[in-house]
Amino acid sequence: MMDQTVASPTDIAGSLRHIRADFPILSQKVHGKDLVFLDSAASAQKPRQVIDAMADTMRTQYANIHRGLYWMSERTTEAYEAVRDQVAAFLGAQAREEIVFTRNSTEAINLVAHSFGTLLKPGQVVLVSEMEHHANLVPWQMLRDRTGIELRVTPITDDGALDMDALARNLSDGRVALVAITHMSNVLGTITDARAIADMAHAAGAKVLFDGSQLAVHRRVDVRALDADFYVVTGHKLYGPTGIGVLWARREILDAMPPFLGGGDMISTVSFERSTWASVPHKFEAGTPAIIETIGLGAALAYIESIGFDAIGAHEEALTAHALKVLGNVSGLKVIGTAPDRGGVISFTMDDVHPHDIATLLDRNGIAVRAGHHCAEPLMRRLGVAATARASFGIYTTPGEIDFLAATLEQIRSFFV
Amino acid sequence: MAQDDLYRTVVLERARTPRYAGPLAGAQLHGEGSNPLCGDRVKLQAGVDAQGRVTALRHETRGCAICAASADLMAERVAGQDRARISQMHAELVTAVETGIAPEGLGELSVFAPLHRHRSRIRCAMLPWSALIGMLNDDKDR
Repeated sequence: MMDQTVASPTDIAGSLRHIRADFPILSQKVHGKDLVFLDSAASAQKPRQVIDAMADTMRTQYANIHRGLYWMSERTTEAYEAVRDQVAAFLGAQAREEIVFTRNSTEAINLVAHSFGTLLKPGQVVLVSEMEHHANLVPWQMLRDRTGIELRVTPITDDGALDMDALARNLSDGRVALVAITHMSNVLGTITDARAIADMAHAAGAKVLFDGSQLAVHRRVDVRALDADFYVVTGHKLYGPTGIGVLWARREILDAMPPFLGGGDMISTVSFERSTWASVPHKFEAGTPAIIETIGLGAALAYIESIGFDAIGAHEEALTAHALKVLGNVSGLKVIGTAPDRGGVISFTMDDVHPHDIATLLDRNGIAVRAGHHCAEPLMRRLGVAATARASFGIYTTPGEIDFLAATLEQIRSFFV
Repeated sequence: MAQDDLYRTVVLERARTPRYAGPLAGAQLHGEGSNPLCGDRVKLQAGVDAQGRVTALRHETRGCAICAASADLMAERVAGQDRARISQMHAELVTAVETGIAPEGLGELSVFAPLHRHRSRIRCAMLPWSALIGMLNDDKDR
């Protein structure tokens, strides 16, 4: 079924077999068929390096961190804090103190909305786009309802790109305090021009936050080159475990922000009358963190770096081009989102066949795709569809899998139409 | 392609060419149900007689094949039935999709029994029924 020998025109092609061998789950059968996992944008599969790092930690070197005065705690603290250095390097941060560990991107954005949000005044504006995931929309709505800020939405163009003229108009009254926009759409695959957005935001006196949940998997992020103020990523899409995400922000902004959650680890001194806060990043990391998951994230980043973003980028660019071509040949199939700069996330509809029916019938053939509104209901309304099916790619995806997807979709269509 | 006994001919036919779709002239009851997780929506219109029996039911469904076929088969089955029998049919359908075993008397509705192996799709088949039960309960409360 799945042709592992399909020649891929990418740098990764020669090592694709070895990469796939690193992901134990890819040898699983689903309904008796080889698993064809095309839902990496929802959550990526995990290489054995990540699984082993987490299991080894629990087997050989685990204790609570930061406060144990014994050997095992010190070693675990070192392993945990070493990941902060890794993440800082991965994102191009100026300093390790700029890396705050969170549960996921959603929590990172909520942290900013709650903490940075208290510094905003009624009448100031948070500006999002029409293609945001609910994670980068709902926290700002909640902030609006708490504090009386204005929430403003920048539209997208019909091909699914951010409307930069509208962005400029939305910034023109000088009331925007924060621009919070995705760096890559989880529905359309659109990659936004983050540097241009940051320049426009800064010229208007606003800070800028990028939701890098999707992009950081596919391209190298350099927060300083982007001139970002906040950047969020999540571990489980980066081939790491669930339960660990990252907020990066400029040191001076983090210093000015009040804590988000209170508790152990985030304090300097505590009395019944008052407490003082630890310095960043610990001010934002209350309670025992996700120690094992953080170490797993470190293993995931090391794994990604061992392949390198040049190879990852070339592989995914070739896969996406291949997918757009073969899916474009499926009768009645319409790709949703055709922005010029796009990544390996492809939403589609197929005649009147409902995306849920598509997903169930693909599943019977071992193919895992997402179907629904993808946590982006306002975007679905803008696109005039109730739901789409979505295929998304990872470093382990093969051109043969995409060919199998297209062939199976053609069969599903003949079944319905 | 691996076929699936869930997508049997009756499901595909009813989804493609429903027999009970559209508005009902002179309808006394109006109901609606939606599934926010997938955007599926069912609108219902029904007539009831003096004994509380549903005389006719029509549906307008925007949804997947499972949801659309369920709405159409439901409209066919509940015509002429009273609330007690409709509640019983609903309960029997719940049993069928939860266990995969269709109680006797479920008739053509047993095509949905394979949903027990597609748990994420059970709500697709049940949406028209929850809309119907809600509509009948609202009427009773009035």
